[in-house]
Amino acid sequence: MAAKNGGPKAEDSGKTAVADTESVRLTVRKAYKMYVGGAFIRSESGRTTQVAEAPGSASKENIPRASRKDGRDAVVAARAAWDGWSARTGYNRGQILYRLAEMLDARADELTKSLVRGGLDPKQAAVEVAATIDRVIAYSGWTDKYQSLFSSLNPVAGPHFNFTSPESMGVVAVVAPARPALLGLAGCILPIIASGNTVVVLASEADPRTSVTFSEALATSDLPGGVVNILTGPVGEVLPHLAKHMEIAALDLHGVDAAISKAAEEQGAGSVKRVRVRSLNEAEWFDAAATESPRWIERFVEMKTIWHPAGQ
Amino acid sequence: MAHGNTNGNGNGSGNGGTHGGPVAARGAHYPSFEAPSVDKVMVEERAASFTKRSIKKETKVKGLKLAISMMDLTTLEGKDSAGKVRQMSHKARFPSTDPTVPSCAAVCVYPKLVPVAKKALEGSTVKVASVSTAFPSGLSPLVVKLADVRQAVELGADEIDMVIDRGAMLSGQYNAVFDEIAATKEACGEAHLKVILETGELGSYDVVRKASQIAMLAGGDFIKTSTGKIIPAATLPVTLVMLEAIRDYYYATGKRIGMKPAGGIRTSKQALHYLVMVKETLGDAWLDNEMFRFGASTLLNDVLMQLEKERTGAYQGGDYFSKD
Repeated sequence: MAAKNGGPKAEDSGKTAVADTESVRLTVRKAYKMYVGGAFIRSESGRTTQVAEAPGSASKENIPRASRKDGRDAVVAARAAWDGWSARTGYNRGQILYRLAEMLDARADELTKSLVRGGLDPKQAAVEVAATIDRVIAYSGWTDKYQSLFSSLNPVAGPHFNFTSPESMGVVAVVAPARPALLGLAGCILPIIASGNTVVVLASEADPRTSVTFSEALATSDLPGGVVNILTGPVGEVLPHLAKHMEIAALDLHGVDAAISKAAEEQGAGSVKRVRVRSLNEAEWFDAAATESPRWIERFVEMKTIWHPAGQ
Repeated sequence: MAHGNTNGNGNGSGNGGTHGGPVAARGAHYPSFEAPSVDKVMVEERAASFTKRSIKKETKVKGLKLAISMMDLTTLEGKDSAGKVRQMSHKARFPSTDPTVPSCAAVCVYPKLVPVAKKALEGSTVKVASVSTAFPSGLSPLVVKLADVRQAVELGADEIDMVIDRGAMLSGQYNAVFDEIAATKEACGEAHLKVILETGELGSYDVVRKASQIAMLAGGDFIKTSTGKIIPAATLPVTLVMLEAIRDYYYATGKRIGMKPAGGIRTSKQALHYLVMVKETLGDAWLDNEMFRFGASTLLNDVLMQLEKERTGAYQGGDYFSKD
């Protein structure tokens, strides 16, 4: 055995030096953080949930575990962002969403790897990332077009113009579906922010890590801070407080238990919230024709009707 | 020392130097304006420590109600109208439909609107404060400033918020600053005088400390941080410097001076931080609206929202509370 010789030979040392540097170099461990008000934050509670680094891996990673107060702070950020976001032209919102697609495209590998680490096979993951980018582009196109589809000039008995047009509602709280973790997350956020709403999202509990990488694309996409706020944590703990929150205009619940959604509807009654509950299966999220319909935008707009005197 | 230290407070307590004794200067007798220097790092660290207290449930509710009772509800905009002042006065008198929520301490308006506020608040405990002395710059001739004060008092103001001449303060004309405050105090007559230092323009804690000293010696009933027109306005460290000046002045003279941080205090949490700081610096004797005030306009709504949150368990939204 070489060990018996008592030390490396001179001609070996050059080779092993490179190998040693590599083995000595520390791995860069990532601190996963939630995205609130344009900043990456830990939970104010300091709590985390442990997620396996990869399927079957014994090594764990810490993901923030959102608390009631993180929810409260996210609503403050979302409400503050609503004034500016809703006042932008649809055209400008479209430009920003298109840039989001660019940012996601640049991170496609990272997102794919994250989905694989969350349990998907690589092929499936790549399909999901591509579908997500396509969905962002689809909604970036809708931002200045859906209004014409849902507006109307209403016939009235009198010398008046009477017309109806959609407006954004305000802050919408969203529970994203467990799977698909990325496409589902983007798919429920996009139609809501396309019309000028801002969102507080509880990301998939099945694969919270991917939502963090998605946030990193949001943060570099010109999307103003606070328009999308993503929390990772237990839905059962945070949702009741969001449902009761008087500042939130609507709830969009994807794939939650019947008991939780019923409770959320009751808690939301105090502020007359619009509550939409939907449970699509995984295949349905990939159905572009159905999920890229402007009807998805229509779910979270307020219809404003105006009377205007008509001249002769 | 160049000018006589008359009260021999030489025991090395570290915060000595608060003197009431007269010192001869150019023929007139002025008290010593000497003030200890302020350790910037420590005062900021100490102030930050007040934000770490956990105040919850009943204590929080009690603290928030106390904060409302100490509030000088303020509107100081060029667009202020009689209607706005009437609306705000009503809100100061009845901040909430909940009868356990107290009235605010005062409303603070420009002199011209004092009669409107006075009429709206007839029969209530809410006082009317008026900013004066060419607010917010304070850069009119003294006669004009004093006339401004007398006019405001004549119109019915219970309290006068004056501004000091920061230019004079910064160029070392302490006697001039003292004289102006003393003259304003005289012009106030019965009305209480709050002296605005405008700490955001004074540059350092040392100057703030000295200005506090001058304001208290010249007869100010309250010292107040800011006009609200300059950023930074009230901060915890600068308020702490002023509270310590008040404490040392009290030890030296036995006179209790009030404190009013104003500008930039917008959240319930901030208000509670200030209350903690007052309690831990000056004690319970300063924890009422005779000795401590908040100058604020948006703070009230946040406090009302927090009280409602404590009552109902649901976080509140801005749409459910009146804006003015």
